[in-house]
Amino acid sequence: MNKTACGRLAAAVLLVLSTPLVAHHGAASFDNEKTLTLKGTVTEWLWANPHCFLKVDVKGDSGAARVWNLELGNPTDVTPAGYRRTTFKVGDQVTVTITPVKSGAPVGRLRSVVLPDGQTLPRQ
Amino acid sequence: MQRACTFLISASVGLAIFSMVTLAQAPPQQGAPPGRGGPPPVPLSQVKWEPWNNTGLRAIPQNVEPDGPAPRRDLTGIWDPARGGIGARGARNPAPLTEWGQEKGGTHKSGDGIRQVPADQINDPLSTLGDPGGYPRQLLFELRHVQFLHTPQSVVALFMWERRWRVIWADGRQLPTDPDPRWYGYSVGRWDDDYTFVVNSNGTDERTWLDNAGNPHSNDLRVEERWHRVSQKRLELTVTLDDPKAYTRPWVAIDKLQFVQIPPNTDLMEMMNAASEVQKVAEQYKEK
Repeated sequence: MNKTACGRLAAAVLLVLSTPLVAHHGAASFDNEKTLTLKGTVTEWLWANPHCFLKVDVKGDSGAARVWNLELGNPTDVTPAGYRRTTFKVGDQVTVTITPVKSGAPVGRLRSVVLPDGQTLPRQ
Repeated sequence: MQRACTFLISASVGLAIFSMVTLAQAPPQQGAPPGRGGPPPVPLSQVKWEPWNNTGLRAIPQNVEPDGPAPRRDLTGIWDPARGGIGARGARNPAPLTEWGQEKGGTHKSGDGIRQVPADQINDPLSTLGDPGGYPRQLLFELRHVQFLHTPQSVVALFMWERRWRVIWADGRQLPTDPDPRWYGYSVGRWDDDYTFVVNSNGTDERTWLDNAGNPHSNDLRVEERWHRVSQKRLELTVTLDDPKAYTRPWVAIDKLQFVQIPPNTDLMEMMNAASEVQKVAEQYKEK
């Protein structure tokens, strides 16, 4: 086994062991190596099983808006981190840190969010 | 090189374990119910419970003192398996499938486990239609809290997930010989000894999946649950499945899953797949 293969194996072991447990579906579509921070306006907050979703309208450098669809865990599992059914309302200005999907689509998994009052809700 | 590789893997495993331990020892978050992201597994007696909407322990505390001997023939209480019963990737080590089982399982497109497909292609009736999860998936997926109540004729189990209940008849009756299939089957229970309540079930509905990996089962499935009261505050569950139509041999799907007893006045959060909500969630994946 060469050094590269060895490193990849170790990384794979680490990835498997550190991948968060998601009850509904796996994490294969997400680019876990990448993190994005985006500022935008909330257009929808879906508080539901098996996953909550936050939609955020983000203006790009060109000024064109793009709505990002961000997945969270289920309500039971995100509640301890401080999320509630009433956490977001349409029009809220937020800053989100996310793990995007590999495809390049405006879709991701929410890692943390800064609320309009400056409070940060952590990773679920 | 082999030694270096061993070191690298060991270091990776060690780092992962260290991360988990460090996470578990993070300072408690004030005001957050115990659960993922909430307080770490402090001694059970020090866990802070909220008046409403508790989500459950994040891990089984090692220290559950003051504990005591198990009461005789009594499962009464609210039992928390922490996150040990989620079963996201399906049952562990299922027996080989029969030809019928392979064909049936081949129609299941799951969100996780061995039949995992992209989220927009999942056809899990629980998470895309809001169908009942059914039995025994109730035990193999999202097994959160269960509360047992005793009546003179039965033991009633109240499950946090889906807010379902099961009546386990303990009045001496036998299981039906030709049951009309039901989402949650038919169950009878008896005490194998003073601390082990054995539940046998049949009459399940093969439309339901066995677990979150889309493993199948047939209407012929028979299930044995062994609820063993280890002490006043500890309970463990072992589940054996026997489905000769779908699997080539009986197999143990849950082996001594640990539960601890939490205060009897604990209010739990609602947790269910409402049909309108799961369909809206499924739409999110179609938009991707």
